[in-house]
Amino acid sequence: MDTRRTILTGMALGAGMAALPALAQQGEIKIGEINSYSGLPAFTEPYRKGLQLAAEEVNAKGGVLGKKLVVITKDDAGKPADAVTAANELVSRDEVAMIAGAFFSNVGLALADYAKQKKIFYLAGEPLTDAMVWSSGNRYTFRLRPSNYMQAAMLAEEAAKLPAKKWATIAPNYEYGQSAVKVFKELLSKKRPDIEWVGEQWPPQGKIDAGPVVQAIAALKPDAILNVTFGPDLIKLVREGNTRGLFKGRSVVSFLTGEPEYMDPLKDETPEGWLVTGYPWNNVKTPEHEAFLKAYQAKFNDYPRLGSIVGYSLVNAAAAIIQKAGSTDTEKMIEAARGISFDTPFGKATFRAIDQQSTLGAFVGKTGVKDGKGVMVDPVYRDGADYLPSDDEVKKMRPQD
Amino acid sequence: MDFYFSQFLTGLAGAASLFLVASGLSIIFGVTRIVNFAHGAFYMAGAYIAWSLTERLEGAVGFWGGLVIAAIAVAALGALVEIVLLRRIYHAPELFQLLATFGVTLVFQDLAVMIWGPEDLVGRRAPGLRGAVDVFGQAIPAYDLFLIVLGPTVLGLLWLLFHKTRFGVLVRAATQDRDMVAALGVNQKWLFTAVFALGVFLAALGGALQLPRGGVNHAMDLQIIVEVFVVVVVGGLGSVPGAFVAALLVSELNAFGILVLPQVSLVLVFLVMAVVLVIRPFGLFGRPEGPARASVSATVRPWQPLGTSGRVLAVAAIAAAACLPLVAGNYILAVGSELLIFALFAASLQFIMSTGGLVSFGHAAYFGLGAYGAALVTKAFGLPMLGGIASGVALASIGAVVFGWFCVRLTGVYLAMLTLAFAQIAWSVAFQWTAVTGGDNGILGVWPDGWASRPGAFYWLCLTAAALGIAALRVVVFSPFGFAMRALRDSPLRSEAIGIDRKRTQWTAFVIAGAAAGLAGALFAYLKGSVFPDTLGIPTSVDGLVMVLLGGVETVSGAVIGAILFRALTIFLMSYTDASKLVLGLLIIVLVVAFPRGVVGTLSGLLARLGARPSATPAMAGSGQARGGTP
Repeated sequence: MDTRRTILTGMALGAGMAALPALAQQGEIKIGEINSYSGLPAFTEPYRKGLQLAAEEVNAKGGVLGKKLVVITKDDAGKPADAVTAANELVSRDEVAMIAGAFFSNVGLALADYAKQKKIFYLAGEPLTDAMVWSSGNRYTFRLRPSNYMQAAMLAEEAAKLPAKKWATIAPNYEYGQSAVKVFKELLSKKRPDIEWVGEQWPPQGKIDAGPVVQAIAALKPDAILNVTFGPDLIKLVREGNTRGLFKGRSVVSFLTGEPEYMDPLKDETPEGWLVTGYPWNNVKTPEHEAFLKAYQAKFNDYPRLGSIVGYSLVNAAAAIIQKAGSTDTEKMIEAARGISFDTPFGKATFRAIDQQSTLGAFVGKTGVKDGKGVMVDPVYRDGADYLPSDDEVKKMRPQD
Repeated sequence: MDFYFSQFLTGLAGAASLFLVASGLSIIFGVTRIVNFAHGAFYMAGAYIAWSLTERLEGAVGFWGGLVIAAIAVAALGALVEIVLLRRIYHAPELFQLLATFGVTLVFQDLAVMIWGPEDLVGRRAPGLRGAVDVFGQAIPAYDLFLIVLGPTVLGLLWLLFHKTRFGVLVRAATQDRDMVAALGVNQKWLFTAVFALGVFLAALGGALQLPRGGVNHAMDLQIIVEVFVVVVVGGLGSVPGAFVAALLVSELNAFGILVLPQVSLVLVFLVMAVVLVIRPFGLFGRPEGPARASVSATVRPWQPLGTSGRVLAVAAIAAAACLPLVAGNYILAVGSELLIFALFAASLQFIMSTGGLVSFGHAAYFGLGAYGAALVTKAFGLPMLGGIASGVALASIGAVVFGWFCVRLTGVYLAMLTLAFAQIAWSVAFQWTAVTGGDNGILGVWPDGWASRPGAFYWLCLTAAALGIAALRVVVFSPFGFAMRALRDSPLRSEAIGIDRKRTQWTAFVIAGAAAGLAGALFAYLKGSVFPDTLGIPTSVDGLVMVLLGGVETVSGAVIGAILFRALTIFLMSYTDASKLVLGLLIIVLVVAFPRGVVGTLSGLLARLGARPSATPAMAGSGQARGGTP
């Protein structure tokens, strides 16, 4: 690995970041990170800043095992097959200690299966699918973010307190939307057997034809609506819904809408009073978060998004695992990672030994508008540990190895 | 009842915005025969520029003026693209302009993120049309009513333009027979530029008008491009009223379809297109295209099988490739395997396109079916890898038998779009049938058997399959069957007159190409270890087309070089830069201009010219013949 290549790696690490100095090979521990950099810059740009900040902090404290921690990032173009190509390059060329990252669930699953086949440690960040740690779970794969199930459980708990009896759902027609609706329905119906599900809409992801969808839901006259759309679909849904009065007098429960990535573009059109999961970056008053926020704003002159939290926590978790394992041997890292505690801006989180899911939580609150911007009102942090199924249930779902 | 009426109105509004974009595409295709892949990019550019203007300009005049100025600015940009890029390649083989516009699209995608940032932007509401109007107790957005009026107005204005002005008469004449228009002394250059700018203007206006309905994002180009193509083809190529009716049909069927089957939006437009094309092979209002004057200009210099030196070279290349595992590491071997798989895939597409003259926009169907066939039997029956590969080839062949039977009843772009419709239907089955295919979470754990699990061994397997597959395709090309295919390509009437069964020959060719693509797809499944619906998706089909066009559509196996070049570039750029689309798009544009007959096509043409005697040179020069009047 020559100097040129190291500089290119530095370029890959991002706009505005100085090329890494050429370092002696033996002085580095590398993490190979794969994400949809070209396809989803709204998520990956803050995410990459999170990675960068955490790596600098780790190295400022002496690195891991006395070596410098280096994060190499690769683009997957949003395709599972290309993610596997990138993983191949990271593992066989860059000789990374572990692979990490991914945004889309199918990319995450492809990487998890690759990790299992090649016996590589894989630390998943963003992918939300429950299959990752349960039905398709394997011993090489650990996942950081609160999964689909956990977020559904957090929202269902609050939704059960609403008086609404007739519910309708709007979700993007792919695995994420399907399983979010399925789990939410199950959990809510368990708490509230009196609830009636009156209808559902499944617009294709990214291609919602919002007018007919809104009209179709309004015709069902539900008391409450579950929304799982996000991004451009959410913007169109909100605008059509506001104009056509769909949300008037109805409760709305919505996945992810409180994340700055999805809420900020809505500005003063952010609907008020929706029950959402998210990240109220300017309203988290814990010492861990204050320190993170200060460092982040000082370094990037920008506020963090949820992606920043994921990236930052991912590198912290990786560093903690390698430090505890005392080596970059895959088996030792797996042993070390099971049950390990690591720092995140939301406080300590743990990788459960039973399914290798982290207990990182999320904020639940209501949406509101302040100074022409969308905010989360009365956000409460929900610890992921409280929203995971019992060990017995996990054993039934997860293949045992 | 009130609800159904308001749902109908909502569908009308959707139809209007779809129609604006589709009419532009239809006009461009009708006159210039350019399959303008960049139409979505112009649509997106219109929306972004309009967003910037309406954020800055004040009041109602500022808003509406901003939309129109944005559309005019993008139209000027379109004219520039036409003059600088497309004019250079009108004489290139059929569809080559598709490659150029694909490059433009890639560049636009990255530029949009660089200029306007990664976050989704929300458009302003239209001044004066902010709220909703009560229609029989249902709230209908005032802006929707505006669109409902705008659609037919634009249709009327276009009708006036085409029927009451000299420009319009020329456009209609060129749509019917542009060679004749040229022969009558009309300056085609400016006619084409004007038509292209008009089409782009409509696309950009359609994009700008999306602002009040939501916003702008950097993926909106690809979201609309396929749908407007479908609308154009369903309506009948070059027919503006056809595009209007088709947009209406698609939007209304969607508005009411989701009431019965909420998932239907995923595949609806393709179902509509398949049904329409099976019943009406030239769309709702299309007319049969005039007899092709010269299809593939390779007829100027008939194909020859490889001579002795060519064979020696080919064997030497394979031998050199076989030595790769001795020197390269695992990553290079995995990349090498991928290049070989795509070489075979591209060769199979080239077989049907170049030899058969049947353009396929949905070749990913067979690649994906091959991958799914392999994955499904591996998971369900635990078959060893070779059994899985055989099943993949079998499933792809069955797919080609079924799809091909319908497709060979059509011709030209209609045929190409029907292949796309079938590929999308196959994709949606894989996507939605979660119980069997796992939906978009795919099928995991499809890894090679022990003997082929080392990257070197798997690479050799891919090399063997690709070399044998490509060689077999070449043997067919130069067999009597291959001659029959070429005869049908160059002159269907005469071929049928001498007793060649057109449908059966082309159907068989479909199945051969499908089987070869299926082999590539099955190998791809084992290379990656998992299979997802995107193997069947439009981007995979587009990649295949790009590889063939890059290699040279008039060559026998230039696609092999095209595939290796394109795939290697993609992998390399993705690994080293985040702006891979920008760089790749620019490279494609450069290649298009430098090699107007594809890399292999242009180089071999040069070689032939060098080898030929000076007196023979004019006949070889090609460019004049491409659109010329062979009898």
